[in-house]
Amino acid sequence: MTVIAVVLVFGFFTYNAQVNMESRGIDFGYGFLSQESSFDVQFSLIEYDGSHSYFRAYLVGLLNTILVSVIGIFFATILGVIVGIARLSPNYLINKFAAFYVEFFRNIPLLLQIFFWYFAALRALPLPQDAEAMFGIAFLTIKGLYVPAFIWQNFNIFFYSIIAAIIAIIVIRIQAKKLQETQGKQTPVLLISIGLILILPVLSFLFGGVKLSFEVPVLKQLATTSFIYEGGVSLPPELIALALSLSLYTATFIAECVRAGIQGVGKGQKEAAASIGLTPNQVLKLVVMPQALRIIIPPTTNQYLNLTKNSSLAAAIAYPDLVLVFAGTALMQTGKAIEIVSITMFTYLTLSISISILMNWYNKKIAITEK
Amino acid sequence: MFKYLKQLTSLVAMVAVLFTFTTESMAAKKSKTLKNTQKKGFVRCGVSQGLPGFSNADAAGNWTGVDVDVCRAVAAAVLGDANKVKFTPLSAKERFTALTSGEIDILSRNTTWTLSRDADIGLTFVGVNFYDGQGFMVRKSSGITSVDQFKNGISACTNIGTTTELNMRDFFNSRGISYEPVAFEKADEVVAAYDAGRCDTYTTDKSGLAAQRTKMKNPDEHIVLPETISKEPLGPVVRQGDSVWEDIVRWSLNTMIEAEEYGITSANADSMKTSDNPQIKRLVGAEGEMGAAFGLDNEWNLRIIKQVGNYGESYKRNIADTGILPDRGPNELWTKGGILYVPPSR
Repeated sequence: MTVIAVVLVFGFFTYNAQVNMESRGIDFGYGFLSQESSFDVQFSLIEYDGSHSYFRAYLVGLLNTILVSVIGIFFATILGVIVGIARLSPNYLINKFAAFYVEFFRNIPLLLQIFFWYFAALRALPLPQDAEAMFGIAFLTIKGLYVPAFIWQNFNIFFYSIIAAIIAIIVIRIQAKKLQETQGKQTPVLLISIGLILILPVLSFLFGGVKLSFEVPVLKQLATTSFIYEGGVSLPPELIALALSLSLYTATFIAECVRAGIQGVGKGQKEAAASIGLTPNQVLKLVVMPQALRIIIPPTTNQYLNLTKNSSLAAAIAYPDLVLVFAGTALMQTGKAIEIVSITMFTYLTLSISISILMNWYNKKIAITEK
Repeated sequence: MFKYLKQLTSLVAMVAVLFTFTTESMAAKKSKTLKNTQKKGFVRCGVSQGLPGFSNADAAGNWTGVDVDVCRAVAAAVLGDANKVKFTPLSAKERFTALTSGEIDILSRNTTWTLSRDADIGLTFVGVNFYDGQGFMVRKSSGITSVDQFKNGISACTNIGTTTELNMRDFFNSRGISYEPVAFEKADEVVAAYDAGRCDTYTTDKSGLAAQRTKMKNPDEHIVLPETISKEPLGPVVRQGDSVWEDIVRWSLNTMIEAEEYGITSANADSMKTSDNPQIKRLVGAEGEMGAAFGLDNEWNLRIIKQVGNYGESYKRNIADTGILPDRGPNELWTKGGILYVPPSR
């Protein structure tokens, strides 16, 4: 019954759209995707200019959306965990500061925050010619953040050395666990891991012929009062403002998830752990966190999804994400509203479901296995 | 008895069908959009989100501008009152969808007439109410006085979803200059970002540059470069498929331009009824049947001139007197050295 209703409603809308489009002389089709796009995009992770196809423009937008989401999720998680734990701190100042941060940032609409970080911060930043160098190599200006570019020689050897270090760490961890279970011996896994991940790449520099040099951005004059930096890598201010506001906003919600998770673990658990002689660090690591994570993960997944979807507000500040490039410029230039909006919706759906699946898998992994 | 009843029913049905057909074909003559507009009592008009001189709302929410006047002219023609217009502010990105989906009936929003827009997306351009071209604005202090001084790495702020984006690429590409396009959805944000120093240049239609310049923190610090890099004929747009409505909008605009040509103004329109010139008399509804073909009365054009004024009055009121573009340039009548030339109303 429900299925029939859904099909009927969907069918009605499709039919209606078809009839209306026909009567207005609009044709339907996805053929435009292979046509030349003939517009440029400010910032792209893959090679792109107006001579590429609309499909390529779509990929540019999609990758930019993924980029800002990944950066946002990364910083929001770190900040969220720190603030969440800080809210439980017995230190009055830290505790209240964290509470103030959470209440302040989660209660202001995200779009306003984006505008604030973009326009207010933009006006406060210096013009390229007035910028002070950070550490002598990087420049934060109104036109973006310019950092040195890495120029590698024999990058693959360096890369392999890191892979080797990671494999070695995994092997040692498994061994350490075995030792712990069979003989009750504790191994300083963390120290060994840090040592490995530092020493192997250093060795690759010393003996593997790996060389790294920097290309420092240099000021270039375009006109009497207009300058840019050339060379190095430049991050547009739009990306920085968007990633910053998304992280700051979402971190408040993640902080609350973390707090809820930790508070959700019974007091008796901690006391019991302490009574068998575990140190406070071990209590947190071995008893509290594994249980808290089960509470933290599902609502945090929601926040990751929200952040990804909120990244579409990018259009307001000219960050070329999927909505601005594809559902904006491409839609206008082709007039294929239904096609482009449907593709965009489907893309966000796929992105969200992917994050969901990943987080559900992780959730299942850490869930209590009933015996 | 039943036999007759059956025959009677089929007869009634046949008459009903016939009747529907005749009314249908009579109604077809009258525009569907016109009928809906008259039923609603206002013209639904899509305008910009604020472009001084073209469509701009004051603090009280009253819209003014040459684009606004096109919609007011249509309202005067079909409803008898130029104030019966509902304005919908639209971004460059939203405008065509709003029109094709039927949310508005006229799009009068400094929109460039191009082949692909006219042919592809279910729209019809009815004419040109402003001849424009794309230009660049720079800071005076930059010392740039010509586009020839642009160098690799220049950043340019603009709007998305406009012909500007495409022209800009053609321009920089043909000169082999690498540039950074920074495209915003709303014009206000473009201006804010350029004003803050995010971009070296701001590019859009020259009329738009002149208008937006008045919104800058310090307008005197900016200049519009003399070069024009494209043709931008701006005009009102309607949906495809209602040719009568299309004609009403087209001839409302033409009436304003032709009225200026014959010296008919909002002040003297009534007295022109007794003119010796039959062309003038036709323009004020005193001769011929100039409204019947649209399904309108005979004084539709007189109302436009009386309530909105001729094109020259509209230009002076909105663009010249506000200091945006005092010189009419190509937007002068063909008789005075411009290129405004419309077919005759007769």
